Parts: sequence; structure tokens; C-alpha cells
Amino acid sequence: MELRMTDAANSSRSRWLVAHTTAVFAFLYLPIAVLIVYSFNGEGVGGFPPHHWTLDWYRILLSDESIWDSVFNSLKVAFAAMAISLTFGVPAALALDRANFPGKALFRRLVLLPLILPGIITGLSLLMLFNVGFVSTILKLVTGQQLSLLTITLGHGTALISVATTEVFAGLQKLDRRQEEASLDLGANYWQTFWRITVPNLKLSIIGAALLIFTLSMDEIAVSFFLIGRDNTLPLEIWGRLRRGITPEINAISTIIFLFSLVTIVFWYRLRVRGEGGAEVGMELIEAKSGEAK
Amino acid sequence: MFSRAYRMVITVPPVAWVAVFLLIPYLLMFCYSFWSVSSTQSIVHSWNFDNYRKLLEKPVYWETLLRSMWIAARVMLFSLFLGYPLAYFMSFYAGRRKDLLYQLVIIPLWVSYLVRAYAWKTILGSDGVLNTSMQYLHLTRHPLEFLLYSPFAVVLTLTHIYTPFAFLPIYAALEHIPRNLVEASHDLGATPAQTFWHVIFPLSIPGVVAGATFAFVLSLGDFLAPLLLGGPSGIMISNIVVSLFGAAYNWPLGAAISLGMLLLVLCLLFLSEKLEKKWSFA
Repeated sequence: MELRMTDAANSSRSRWLVAHTTAVFAFLYLPIAVLIVYSFNGEGVGGFPPHHWTLDWYRILLSDESIWDSVFNSLKVAFAAMAISLTFGVPAALALDRANFPGKALFRRLVLLPLILPGIITGLSLLMLFNVGFVSTILKLVTGQQLSLLTITLGHGTALISVATTEVFAGLQKLDRRQEEASLDLGANYWQTFWRITVPNLKLSIIGAALLIFTLSMDEIAVSFFLIGRDNTLPLEIWGRLRRGITPEINAISTIIFLFSLVTIVFWYRLRVRGEGGAEVGMELIEAKSGEAK
Repeated sequence: MFSRAYRMVITVPPVAWVAVFLLIPYLLMFCYSFWSVSSTQSIVHSWNFDNYRKLLEKPVYWETLLRSMWIAARVMLFSLFLGYPLAYFMSFYAGRRKDLLYQLVIIPLWVSYLVRAYAWKTILGSDGVLNTSMQYLHLTRHPLEFLLYSPFAVVLTLTHIYTPFAFLPIYAALEHIPRNLVEASHDLGATPAQTFWHVIFPLSIPGVVAGATFAFVLSLGDFLAPLLLGGPSGIMISNIVVSLFGAAYNWPLGAAISLGMLLLVLCLLFLSEKLEKKWSFA
């Protein structure tokens, strides 16, 4: 329902709100617009407004091997982190939904904590774990280094279990348990019921979680910052270059990332809207952060 | 209906993983905070309160903590100031454009944090967008230097980043308000302002609390925006932790500060949960 906007007071109120809304959107999009404009700016990063346009930064970017190496590393980490988070996050949601065990309340809080906790705490506490003598020995045996893409993957995978758990837990609340009961009554075992009834019903939640985990991992920097070995992920590569000085090809790669994110989010949004209708979409990330799986 | 074996299979692996990769690391952090570093740069595993004593005695630590909290508080206030009217407008006035606007708020959330912080650097720098435009319009003669490398730049950037985080729970709370309550208030003769302050706002408080918590907690722990845009006066508590774990090499002291932050965050989460429960109408 829309409020009645007939009387004068109300319409001046809505005019004020329209102005505020416009200003907020301008504020949210200004940096993104600047980024895109500068990625075509002939003068590099100085000089505004741009006097001549160029594709040079994209050309430089194309032949920049260390950036593409880091993109490839980020992709590897994101896929592996996705696998870890789903492997443990989906059962965790099932456990929170339908099992009782000692320490369940603590477990729920621990699983969700990395979502709201500043990344630095998650990153540092994991660094301390990886520094324990025998853990570090195992890591060196596996990868030859103490810190590597493996440690970043473990960090992302662990922190993002929270995303998988909240998404799937939300999906489970809508699941009709009688379907599973019927399946079990009709002689299917738990394994068959899980794959043929539970998973198909949770399909949207699981795909949504996977996409979210993937995007969050691709952009993650606070945890990776402390767990990085020789090989950079893309955000850390960008970070390194920003620290050395402003480099215009960062604008180019950022514009490309922006477009990729745009495609991903539109795809994800469509998927969710089809699943449950507009209003709640996007909330799971945030809702999770209230620290309570509702 | 679920057998014992089924419950074991869904419970044991995630609990074990979380114990190894979350619980033990937090406990390790706790232990480290009571250890110390020897003159040969190795960790001494003798238990004492020296790190905590140092935190209380040296003003630089709690001054930085207070400054970080002040930065986080400003970020929180500005995000609420930007986010609440936006959510209110979208929920009550936007009509069919609601879904489109909603997507528009979420999209920046998916643009790399680092990239957006960096874009603010290009905007605020002395030959950046803002200064060049102002000089072009003859608003200022010389570039304004305070824009970049200051707490102002950090607050601005973090507000930009956390406004959607403040917005989303507020919007969800507003969307959950039964519209017939609003209608009843109108029918009973309340002005729009009265309806807002007596019906809508109280019902949206849980969302405001959740949004405020995200904005405050997440910006409190930030260390990248201060490094990128803060300059010496914009240093935050996490930057001290980063240097203690890096060049300054004093993990135990860094662990003590991190643990302090962890406890502070847990207290805030506890408080906000209580507040949300108190004000929720469901």
C-alpha cells in the first residue's frame, strides 16, 4: 500500500524524501562512476575532467601477467572455499534444524561469528593456528610453505560456512518435512532421501549460497591479508599496487570486476526472486549478521 | 523421525571443523595474550598479565581505541542518517519502483571494498575529482588538503561502504510493518508525522539496532581504509594490531588487543540482541 499523498504537508515530505534518496544514490554510485571514467582517461589518474579517451589501460592490463595470475589464484581459492563452506555449511544447517547435541547454542554462535566479526580477528586467530608447530609442519609437507593459497582457502572456507549455513537454514524453514517422511516411509534410505528430496528442495538456497560465497571470497581481503604466502589473490595484488602508488590499470581491472559482479548479482537476484518474491532478497547476508539463525 | 546415525553424520563433521578452525584459534588468541616475546624474538610461554598492563598504562593504545570507536560511531550515525530515510521512502512511497531501487542499493555491495575505497582516494586527492571541480568552478583557489589522509576521509569511505549494511535491516523491518496499522493510525486522525513517530518508527527499531550494529562493529575493525586514506591522524586500533603482527613483531600484545576487540564486539552483539528483542513486536 502507498500512503496517501494528497495533502500539501505530505507531498512536501515526499519531495524531501525523493531528494534524499537521489542524494544517497549519487553518493553510493559516485566512486563507481569515477572509477569507470578514469579507466578510459588518457591522462591516467591526474586530470579531471578527462581531455582525451583511451583504451591503453585495458591494453596494459591484458599483457600484465601478474594480475592475471592473481585472478587465476582468486578463482582457485573461491571455488575451493565454496566446496569447503558447502560441505560443512549444509550439514551444519541440517544439524541446527534437526539434531540436538551438547553445545548446540555455542556451535550456532561460533559458526555465525565470522560474518559479523571484523576480518582481522578471524585472520589473526587462524594465523596463530597455522603457526602451531605441528600444524605448520603439516602445511609445509602439503604445499612446501607455511602460508600459501591453501591457508587462504581454509580461512575463506571456514569464515564463509556461516553464509552457507544461514542460507540453507532459511531454506529448511520452508521445507515441507512430510516429503522427507514420505520418502523414508516408502523405503528410501537417508542417503537417497537426502539427494532426492532434501537437496532438490534446497536447490535455490544452495545455489544462492554458492554464488554469495564465490563473490565474497573473490573480494575478501581482511582474512587473506594475514594468511598470504608467495602467491597473491587479486585483491591482495591490487592492494600491493595501491600501496606502491596510483596505477591506472587498477581502474581498468576494477571496471571489469564491477561488470562481472553486476552480471553475477543480476543473475543471483533473478534466481532468488523466482524462488521467493522480491522483498526478502539479499537479506540473508545481512540477517545472518544479527547473530541469530531465525 | 531422523535416526541417530543420520544425526551423527550431519552433526559431527561441521562441529569438528568449527572446533578446529574457529574455536581452537580463538582459544589460541586467548593464550597468546598472556604470553610474551623474548629479546631474541621468540614467544615465551610464561603466563602473565603484562600485555594487559601495557594496554592500560600506555595511552597510545586506549587513545587509538577511543578514536576508532569515535570514527565507528560517526560512520554508524551517518549510515543511519542516509539509510533510514532511504528505506522509509522505498518501503512507503516507491510503489512499483521498489524492486529496482532495492537492486540499486545492493549492487555497490558487490563492488570490491578495496576498489571503492581506492575510488574515494581518486575523488579526494589534491588533483582528484572534487578538488579539480571546485577549482574549475572557482569555489576554491588551492586544493583542499584535509580531504585526503584524514579521519574525515576514513569516515566518508566507511560510511559509503556500510550504508547498505545499515539500510538492509531497516528496510526489512519497515517492510514487515503491517500496513493496516498505518491505515488505522490515519483513519483515527493521526497526522503523517504522528503516524511516523508513534507507529512506524517504534516498529522499525529492531532494524535500526541491527543496522547500527553492523555499521559500528564492521567499521571499528577496519584497517584497510585507514591505511589507504587515513594518514597518520586516521590510524585505527586494527592498524596497531597489524603492525604488532608484522614489523613490530609482538604477537602476544597484538593478541591482547584483538581479544579486547573481540570482547567488545561480543558485548555489542549481546546488547543489540537484547535491544532487538525488547523492541520486536512479533
